[in-house]
Amino acid sequence: MNDGGATMRHTPLYAVHQALGARFVDFGGWEMPVQYSGILDEHQAVRERAGLFDVSHMGEIELRGPHALAAAQALTVNDLGRLRDGQAQYSMLCLPTGGVVDDIMVHRIHSERVLLCVNASNIDKDFAWIGEHRYGAEVVNRSDDFALLALQGPRATAILTPLTNVPLADVPPFGFAEGRIAGRRALIAHTGYTGEDGWEIYCAPPEATALWEALLAAGAPHGIQPAGLGARDTLRLERALPLYGHELTEETTPLEAGLAWVVRLHKPSFIGRDALQRQRATGTSRQLVGLTMTEPGIPRQGYPIRHGSEVVGAVTSGTKSPTLGKAIGLGYVANAWKEVGTALAVEIRGRAVGATVVQLPFYKR
Amino acid sequence: MEFPEDLKYSKEHEWVLVEGNVATIGITDYAQEQLGDIVFVELPAVGDKVSKEDAFGVVESVKAVSDIYAPVSGKVVEVNDDLPDNPEMLNEDPYGDGWIIKVEMNDPEELQDLLNATEYEEYVAEEKE
Repeated sequence: MNDGGATMRHTPLYAVHQALGARFVDFGGWEMPVQYSGILDEHQAVRERAGLFDVSHMGEIELRGPHALAAAQALTVNDLGRLRDGQAQYSMLCLPTGGVVDDIMVHRIHSERVLLCVNASNIDKDFAWIGEHRYGAEVVNRSDDFALLALQGPRATAILTPLTNVPLADVPPFGFAEGRIAGRRALIAHTGYTGEDGWEIYCAPPEATALWEALLAAGAPHGIQPAGLGARDTLRLERALPLYGHELTEETTPLEAGLAWVVRLHKPSFIGRDALQRQRATGTSRQLVGLTMTEPGIPRQGYPIRHGSEVVGAVTSGTKSPTLGKAIGLGYVANAWKEVGTALAVEIRGRAVGATVVQLPFYKR
Repeated sequence: MEFPEDLKYSKEHEWVLVEGNVATIGITDYAQEQLGDIVFVELPAVGDKVSKEDAFGVVESVKAVSDIYAPVSGKVVEVNDDLPDNPEMLNEDPYGDGWIIKVEMNDPEELQDLLNATEYEEYVAEEKE
């Protein structure tokens, strides 16, 4: 069962997860905790109280120098002109075709330092891509310089407040600040991937264990639980947050994925702009939609979406929603079938199982 | 983890309780633990034929889909109708309320191929390594 164990990468918290009795999974070459007590239990803890995730496998790439901002502006589809120092935004790296290289968080530390947080499975690809399109900026792969913890849930702020010298009330959503937690230096961002309020904490790898333990101890009276990638996936899916390799690929555009709000076509120039502007003008031929099942069955990535005998799309993610108690999925369908209320079917093991197109997100706090 | 002495086990992690010519079939404690929270089951109907080592049903956890394999061949004579609405019983009581189907066996000789509790416990220990 440990094939490839020799080549698997581990975060600085690996031993901590082992001691907690985590079950591990291979995620893009990283041996990561998929669950501790159980996905449903951890999911509920995050929705109702707080969960602590190790997401140190995520990558960090920094753009530096006088051209850092201009390079980030040219590489990404959102508008950095809207960011001040200490603000972050969700964005994407796109190909000239408009296909998505990666979806990322862009942090403006100051005008000559921009930190991109990228998906673990795309670190090498992104670093190469950015290196080829650096626009005079210095590009540094800092992925090994950071561990990343995500403290998420309605109690997250109450747990973090007594541990930090950063006045959290002054950090709005998508803001970030450098400071200390339990005496250790950290970059504290008011961001997350669960649909709950929360914080993402970047620190030096040797500090990760002490920070993890301080957060779990401070969170104990609030009912915090360690949470794995399994719950992270069900949480993000209920909130309809896209996952690279599922909803987003080099063959899908942000417009097809329903992320037009991220793409600032008025920006002077960025990679993918021409293709995205054309697609905006002519319209997409398919669209990401939400589905809930009206008959028993769980949609999973790759299952065909049908209307009668016609295949009209495919599922990109699916699960049984722990919060809603029903089977939900995301998938691409041809435009004719994208309207809310459209009755479709998901082909599950050769059988057409009824589904309806629903408004996204499935869950919103 | 439990390995009841009175059961037979398959290497696909199903258990069999033999009473006369009828085999009650379920998944083992180890199987449910590996699967995690089970949220969906798909079962055969009474009267369906099942064949040894062929999939006869499906269990789905939050994350994954897994087939359930028949440890013996025969005809389904009873199905646990409570499971579709309460799939968590597979996690909570895999050897009791979480039983899956009862099969009238074609060939009780097939039972010879199954493991006893001690053998299965050793098999699981090896698989965990």
